[in-house]
Formats: sequence, C-alpha cells, structure tokens
Amino acid sequence: MKYLSYLTIGIFFGIIMYKSEAASWFRIYEMFQFGSFHMYGIIGSALVIGVIGVQIIKKYNIKAIGGTEMNLHPKKKGVTNYLIGGIIFGLGWALAGACPGPMYVLAGAGYYSILVVIAGALLGTFVYGVVKNKLPH
Amino acid sequence: MNLLYNPWPWYVAGPLIALTMFILLYAGKKFGMSSNLTTMCSIGGAGKYSDYFKFDWKSQRWNLIVVVGAIIGGFIASQYMSDNTVKINPEVAQQLSNDYGIESAGEAYLPTELFASEQLTNPFVLVILILGGFLVGFGARYAGGCTSGHAISGLSNLQLPSLIAVIGFFIGGLVMIHLLFPLIFS
Repeated sequence: MKYLSYLTIGIFFGIIMYKSEAASWFRIYEMFQFGSFHMYGIIGSALVIGVIGVQIIKKYNIKAIGGTEMNLHPKKKGVTNYLIGGIIFGLGWALAGACPGPMYVLAGAGYYSILVVIAGALLGTFVYGVVKNKLPH
Repeated sequence: MNLLYNPWPWYVAGPLIALTMFILLYAGKKFGMSSNLTTMCSIGGAGKYSDYFKFDWKSQRWNLIVVVGAIIGGFIASQYMSDNTVKINPEVAQQLSNDYGIESAGEAYLPTELFASEQLTNPFVLVILILGGFLVGFGARYAGGCTSGHAISGLSNLQLPSLIAVIGFFIGGLVMIHLLFPLIFS
C-alpha cells in the first residue's frame, strides 16, 4: 500500500516532467540560450511555492505522516564541492539535455538512447564514490 | 481534452513540482532523484570498491519505486497525452539548424540527431551520450544533489549550499552551450 503511493507520486512526477517539456533536450538548450521564459518559469514558480510552503511548515511545526519531523535538515556547509560539483553537473545537464529525474521519464517514453546516458550517469556516480576522498570538498 | 494534450505551461508545471516535493516531505521523505544512482550502484555491488556505497540500500527502496513510477509516467504521457514534439523559440531552432545541423526542433521531443536509436552506431553520438551522463552523475554526487535536490528542495529550504550548487549548474550549462558546443558540434 505504501509502495503504491510512491508509485503514484512517481507517475505524477513523470507526467509533469514530460508534459511540461522539462524532459526535453530542446528546452534545456533554449533555457541556456535565454530563448524562453518557460524553464525559468517552471523552476521559479516551483521555488516560490516551495519557499512559502517550507516557511509555513516551520512556523506551524507541521509534522510528517505518523508525527515524525519533516525531512528538512540543513545541508553541510561548504563552497568547493557545491560549486565544482555544480559546474560539472551543469556541463552534463546541457550536453545530455537531461537531469536525473527526466532520464527515467524519457526511458519510459521509449527513447532508448537515454539508457546510454543513464549508464554514463551510473558510471559517473561510481567513479565519484571511488575517488571521493582525493577530491577537495 | 486539449488541456491534457497540449504542453503544460510553466505556471501549471512549477506548482505541481512543488506539490510533488510537499507530498514526499509529508511522507517523511525528500525530493531528490540523483540519489537513486547511488542506490543502484550500491545494489550492483559498488560497496566492494568504496565505502561510499556501503549503506542499507533497502532504506532507499521508496525512491526506486518513485523512479519506476516516473518511467510509467513517461510512457503514459508520451503515448496518450502528447504529440511528442517540442516547439521552442523559432530563433533558437533556426540557430540550432544553422550552426550545428540539428534540424529536428519543432518536430521531435528530443533531437533525432542525438537520440534516434540508429545514431547509437555513431561513435561521436555515443561519446556525447556517455560523457553527458557521466558528468551529470559525477557532478550530482560531488555537489550532493541535482536539480530536484538542490534547485527545488534545497532552495525551498533557503539553503546557501544549494544556491552555490545551482549557480554552479548554470555556470556549467552556460559554458557548455556557449563555449563548448561550437567546438563539439561544428
């Protein structure tokens, strides 16, 4: 039953990603060319509602289901790993035109070449795990 | 029916993405897609090579179910709710065609020049796909999150590290499109 709700959330998320065209390589390219407000509008409006919602959760101390604390832990402080990691991610995001959520959505939509991108992403994740301790953080 | 069939505008999609995040928060989880890659590495036995992958992946099963859902969602949306074309700014489409010979803007959901299955035999295309994926996977872990974990979840929680990461995402994206694309594709 619990897994059924996560499955439903995933389906919901997948449809939003595909229908908003946030999963399209063209939209990512267009965003970095500043060719349209579309992607900025998606991220921006999600953020405005997200910030307001999180503030409300904190102000009224709203709990998660079952009365546990919401998963809103502060991120570890730092600059180097966030900036360098972020730049590396951005290079890949623009080249492959997909971030980790839409990759799966595209696989479901039948673009099988995206499986190569996912394989690359798994390899990148693996290599990070192996060389992690040698990198500046 | 057109409302369902046409592309969804940003002011529909953005709030629904925020809703996705809130549902997951309410479930006691968090919205972050790239951690699934770590979980899959862990399931595949990567713990033999690095302690980074030694954790109880079963605790992340819920997120893998979200992934399965996203795959199904992609299937449903592409089969029944879309004509699978993306109409971007015509000037950008023209520029893609003029500069890089990518002609499929407006006619496909992904550029057929890169994502058509026949192109998988083209070594150049293969390298682009693997490299793009590699940078996404490596960068997301180095930065501790991706678009969902930092740009949506982290920024919603007003986290400075997430702001730094998102600035990084855009520096990387702009460098790729404006400085590296002309070298790679022309």
